[in-house]
Amino acid sequence: MANNVILEVERLSIAFGGVHAVNEVSLAVPAGMVFSIIGPNGAGKTTLFNVISGIYVPQLGCVRLAGEEVTGLSPDRLARRGLSRTFQNLQLFSRMTALENVMVGRHRHESTGILSELLHLPSVSRQNRLTRDAALSALARVGLANDAEQPAGSLAYGALKRLEIARALASEPKLLLLDEPAAGCNPVETRGLEEVIRSIVAEGVTVVLVEHDMRLVMNVSDRIHVLASGRSLAEGTAAEIQSNLAVMEAYLGVDHSRERARAVG
Amino acid sequence: MIVRLPVRYRLAPVAVVAALVVVLPQFFPSAYYYRVGALVFILALAAVGLNLLMGFAGQVSLGHAGFVGIGAYAVAVGPTHLGLPPWLSIVAGAVLSVCVAGAVGRPILRLKGHYLAVATLGFGLLIAIVLTNESAWTGGPDGMSVSRLTLFGWRVSGSVTWYWVAAATLLIGMVLAFNLIDSPTGRALRAIHDSDVAARVLGVDVAYKKLAIFVVSAVYASVAGSYLALFNGHVTPDIAGFLRSVELVAMVVLGGMGSIVGSFVGAAVLVVLPQTFTALHDYEHVALGLAIMAFMIFVRQGIVPAVVRWRTT
Repeated sequence: MANNVILEVERLSIAFGGVHAVNEVSLAVPAGMVFSIIGPNGAGKTTLFNVISGIYVPQLGCVRLAGEEVTGLSPDRLARRGLSRTFQNLQLFSRMTALENVMVGRHRHESTGILSELLHLPSVSRQNRLTRDAALSALARVGLANDAEQPAGSLAYGALKRLEIARALASEPKLLLLDEPAAGCNPVETRGLEEVIRSIVAEGVTVVLVEHDMRLVMNVSDRIHVLASGRSLAEGTAAEIQSNLAVMEAYLGVDHSRERARAVG
Repeated sequence: MIVRLPVRYRLAPVAVVAALVVVLPQFFPSAYYYRVGALVFILALAAVGLNLLMGFAGQVSLGHAGFVGIGAYAVAVGPTHLGLPPWLSIVAGAVLSVCVAGAVGRPILRLKGHYLAVATLGFGLLIAIVLTNESAWTGGPDGMSVSRLTLFGWRVSGSVTWYWVAAATLLIGMVLAFNLIDSPTGRALRAIHDSDVAARVLGVDVAYKKLAIFVVSAVYASVAGSYLALFNGHVTPDIAGFLRSVELVAMVVLGGMGSIVGSFVGAAVLVVLPQTFTALHDYEHVALGLAIMAFMIFVRQGIVPAVVRWRTT
């Protein structure tokens, strides 16, 4: 594979009690683009994310990050290799403030030992300051600078979605997996999200996006991969996917897609 | 709910406790109160350590009296059988606790919730059984006497002396705990408590962090155990018993999970209440049980967090 492929998934399969959640899926994500994975509910998108980020270990197939095989590595080791993600069902630290949530995102860049932390040596104060500054700027990027001291549990849903992105960004990932960032967001928030995604990519971070909001997907994606029932169905640019009959069938059912195809054609 | 203060006020709660420690003896009518005070400080030290594990990292331990027992028997066995000076025996007990916590923690901290509770319970029982059965070393169920602590020629004995020594150690323990909370590891531990999976995908080595805090909390318990044995001048396997473990957990929960000062308050309540209830004779334990139930029903989040919330709203 070419050097500019940051994430490569090869014939990946995982089954839960006989149900093939992901079945021989292969895909290659070139660095520096927005790569979207779409598909009907139950297509295996989130499962695929969970395998890529190390939460599940696949039964078959492999995952390569920046050319190196990382199949089965634990999530924290993957994080230290520059992979970060958000969750479809929010996974925030609800008893911590927004700022502290994002500060945890800096963990892989922190290097103080537990003894120096118990004694609060100057190196710990310095580390805390660095972490805090980096976290504040990550919060500012998603427009949450004014909510830094709010407990995460008290923020509105849309803000929580952005907080998760800020937390993931704070880890300075090379590859960022966003799992349905627009779910539950209003149109204004979704447009804001689009800006955030563009700014992330502009900095050279590769974004893999799982999303149901088709307007967002079509607007930001450089490439789209379609999953249905755990299998790869199609891959292409937004225009190619929009005119793909198989994709329409998967989403709308056979009859509707024929009608639509007739109407379009 | 964890109360966050600006960094420069981080140690303000410790200053409050320090002031209390200094002022309280003015109101002590007799030396007996110094004894109660020393007991509160010693148990509070173990509770603060356990709170780091339970209140911050969210990992329960029903076996922490095991480490209290290791520390206690270190200062009994060390001078008697090995010829170590008592102060060095405290250190040796702490080192042994680190080793035991490291070895035991690695497999059992993989467990969560009730399973972890039962596994730690088993560990605590194991230590108590070893202390009871190895009678050649430990004196069996009757226990053994503990020689006095001497520091640089200064003989540490009597309730008044122990009051100050235990208070100083508790304050140091609290400062270290506050330091740890306000650090990368402290944030990682609190993150693990709220979402294990999110902490992992952010690069937190969850297993290692849990083990690290388990070891730290074992050292707190071990030092407290050593002090308890030296203070009493005698030690029996009861010191490592299940009731002691439950008592420590109750102190943490009663005072407030995740509140360092709360662990001190919880220890104070659970040491002082039984003393005040002695007037009730046969109904002493009934009253104590009812009091604890009432606390849990009406201030479930713990005494100190409840007070803080009431003051800020």
